Amino acid sequence: MSIDYSQKIPNNVDLASNKTLQRALEHWQPAYLDWWNEMGPDKTTTAEVYLRTAISVDPSGWAHFDYVRMPDYRWGIFLAPQEAGRVVNFGEHKGQAAWQEVPGEYRSTLRRIIVTQGDTEPASVEQQRHLGMTCPSLYDMRNLFQVNVEEGRHLWAMVYLLHAHFGRDGREEGEALLERRSGDADNPRILTAFNEKTPDWLSFFMFTFITDRDGKFQLAALAESGFDPLSRTCRFMLTEEAHHLFVGESGISRIIQRTCEVMAQHKTDDPAKLRAMGVIDLPTLQKYLNFHYSVTSDLYGAEISSNAASFYTNGLKGRYEETKLGDDHRLDSAEYPVMEVVGDRIITKHVPALTALNERLRDDWVKDVQGGIDRWNKVPEKLGIPFRFALPHKGFHRKIGIFGELHLSPEGKVISEAEWTHKHRDWLPTEEDRAFVQSLMGRVAEPGKFANWISPPARGINNQPVDFEYVRFN
Amino acid sequence: MSTAELVKQHLIDPGICIRCNTCEETCPVKAITHDSRNYVVKAEVCNDCRACVPPCPTGAIDNWFPIAPGKPYTLEEQYAWDELPAAAPVATAVGEPDDVARLTSAATAGQGGPVAAPWSAEKPAVNLYNERGPITATVSGNFRLTGEGASADIRHIVLDFGGVHFPLLEGQNIGIVPPGTDAQGRPHHVRLYSVASPRDGERPGYHNCALTVKRVTEDHEKKPVKGVCSNYLCDLKKGDKVQVIGPFGANFLMPNHPGSSLMMICTGTGSAPMRAMTERRRRRIDLKEGGSLMLFFGARAPDELPYFGPLMKLPKEFIDINFAFSRVPGQPKQYVQDRIRERHDDVWRRLNDADCYIYLCGLKGMEKGVDEAFRDVCRRHGGDWDKLLPQLREKSRYHVETY
Repeated sequence: MSIDYSQKIPNNVDLASNKTLQRALEHWQPAYLDWWNEMGPDKTTTAEVYLRTAISVDPSGWAHFDYVRMPDYRWGIFLAPQEAGRVVNFGEHKGQAAWQEVPGEYRSTLRRIIVTQGDTEPASVEQQRHLGMTCPSLYDMRNLFQVNVEEGRHLWAMVYLLHAHFGRDGREEGEALLERRSGDADNPRILTAFNEKTPDWLSFFMFTFITDRDGKFQLAALAESGFDPLSRTCRFMLTEEAHHLFVGESGISRIIQRTCEVMAQHKTDDPAKLRAMGVIDLPTLQKYLNFHYSVTSDLYGAEISSNAASFYTNGLKGRYEETKLGDDHRLDSAEYPVMEVVGDRIITKHVPALTALNERLRDDWVKDVQGGIDRWNKVPEKLGIPFRFALPHKGFHRKIGIFGELHLSPEGKVISEAEWTHKHRDWLPTEEDRAFVQSLMGRVAEPGKFANWISPPARGINNQPVDFEYVRFN
Repeated sequence: MSTAELVKQHLIDPGICIRCNTCEETCPVKAITHDSRNYVVKAEVCNDCRACVPPCPTGAIDNWFPIAPGKPYTLEEQYAWDELPAAAPVATAVGEPDDVARLTSAATAGQGGPVAAPWSAEKPAVNLYNERGPITATVSGNFRLTGEGASADIRHIVLDFGGVHFPLLEGQNIGIVPPGTDAQGRPHHVRLYSVASPRDGERPGYHNCALTVKRVTEDHEKKPVKGVCSNYLCDLKKGDKVQVIGPFGANFLMPNHPGSSLMMICTGTGSAPMRAMTERRRRRIDLKEGGSLMLFFGARAPDELPYFGPLMKLPKEFIDINFAFSRVPGQPKQYVQDRIRERHDDVWRRLNDADCYIYLCGLKGMEKGVDEAFRDVCRRHGGDWDKLLPQLREKSRYHVETY
């Protein structure tokens, strides 16, 4: 269904036919814009950004490119088309018609799931709000803003579900989503990783590569939901999420490229010399990777989880690519391997698969992250540099789950508190590392120019040249 | 589509792709698949609908590689890549514009669609510039080719690309978008012009190309009409700037191998690619590569025949020229098909020479007459045109572009 842009709130859900809902969302809209103006990208209200906007949800119409002032971006409600005859594909309701309304018994659980997902969207905009001031190029600035407006739209998507299906509770949750603030001591965002700072572009690229990938897997699991409006919402959000992953993966890859070029040119791998030449040494990149990977891993929750089991059995949240998996989709007797720590040894034990769904989703994510790391490693390989990036052990630097109380080295060795204190500076970014990265962050805003620490991309956006004026300032 | 006819293959650049699965999810015909390394396109399933292009977040999806006819890269090859093959011809930075695809399709419809380029043809670069990102050329010359008294105003226009990369092969087209808008306020459609100069330029060493443009003053039904693009081009002055897109065309190309021959049949401005090919061969005359050139060229009268003068100066042993004039007072009307019939022995020999490639370019109306003439030549020598034509097509030896 095409998107109705004649409405105050663009939508493809025939909002005009439900006056109560329309009024409720039109009431929320100014509050959203207030939030955007207060917490969205800093000092950008007059900049015209070359952004993509969906004009319909079919392939031909969902990537329409034009210059837009961000406060004028047409945030709206876009659901993937309804699949006729869709059923619940897993759990105890498997085979029943998918729900168009929230089943009463799952109301509070579903609300919690939607609020938790929804809370991450404005949180990341808040985390990234100052980055425009230190962009390494107009191309990157444009990508940042594209990510930001789409996170804003994802908030809209979740608020629509809350308003349309959860009555007064939903409306209150919608307001609370605009009131919490990332990193606020009194009213923080729900998940820890979304209260961390995104102080520099290296962190931003790591965040979009790793943490937005958690978003991808959470959305993919929710896209399997028996609650059809949630499924349709998440399916369309996934198409937008892909761009965010691209920004992260290509961003880091371009940093690696630049560093490796300087290493090859000056025949050195000495971090001090490389830093003096204004590029980020590879061991520092590895430390940032270790940090973002471990913090994001916690977002999947504990390895063994009865909540995850009931979400699944109740048909609310499926597995990644549930409908492509060839099993009974009930997991009554299936098992799944999970790590366990015995003394200072890590062993693998088999537990009921139903209780290990968090771990399973985390494993799917790990595999996906690893694919990206393998692609990054092609850059030094091609330039004849022996350095290779590696993911740390799953138990490294964790706060949640079986490793939460322990210290592990990146190789997966259980170590003492003393050893951790002694060594963690080699594994995680130190204050000095962060200060160095911060020192490189200066704004480059001339078309076709790039900061010294990052290579230009292989291609521009929407086939535009790399030196295209992706952001116009007035 | 059948891969036997495939000349451009849709490929995903594994060096840019982030494996997000959006394309596979989007593809309406399930032509995209993946393994643990790469996302790949099944050449035999992809119908070129391009639904996957806008949703791709990276641009990795946007590659159409010219390939040897019927020899697409296999899935196994694609799975093994870290990047697109360096040995491949120039990648298409952008897809072929719809206007261009439509014009190309119409130009080759008469013979049942485009025929693959000869096996020895140089690999062409295509789609380097599109309407969103055209290249600016400077007019370095605009000369009238037809006599002062002739009814047709046909012009030889030379465009200079300065230092910008714009490779062209004989038989390829460039697109011109006339400035301004039509009566409804929409931008004008693109027009395609076959280059009249060889690959090293109108003047070797200069980065330029020539076009043969007839000022359109009436439509196919002889009603007066002012052709938007042709008048724009014919009125250009030296130093004027023109927006050019392309190059286009990966089929109507000349063979490169020594010993290959050309039989060229054209009318009017259909002579442009023939001039390009002839000039290419002329510049290599000293290499003594063998092969022969035969030309059938139709026009109303000698002073309406573009390049009549220069053609007359070419040595007889270099090119066998056959003119046909349909409006010379006191002489019977002659068409190219009449000349083909007169020269049936030589034509028959060339039809059966595996190294002879045949090119037909001009107005749509000539197609039927030439087809009938070839049929007669075959009949006369005990052959069967209906059997021969598919063989010629299969061997990439028969190329038609009519308008």
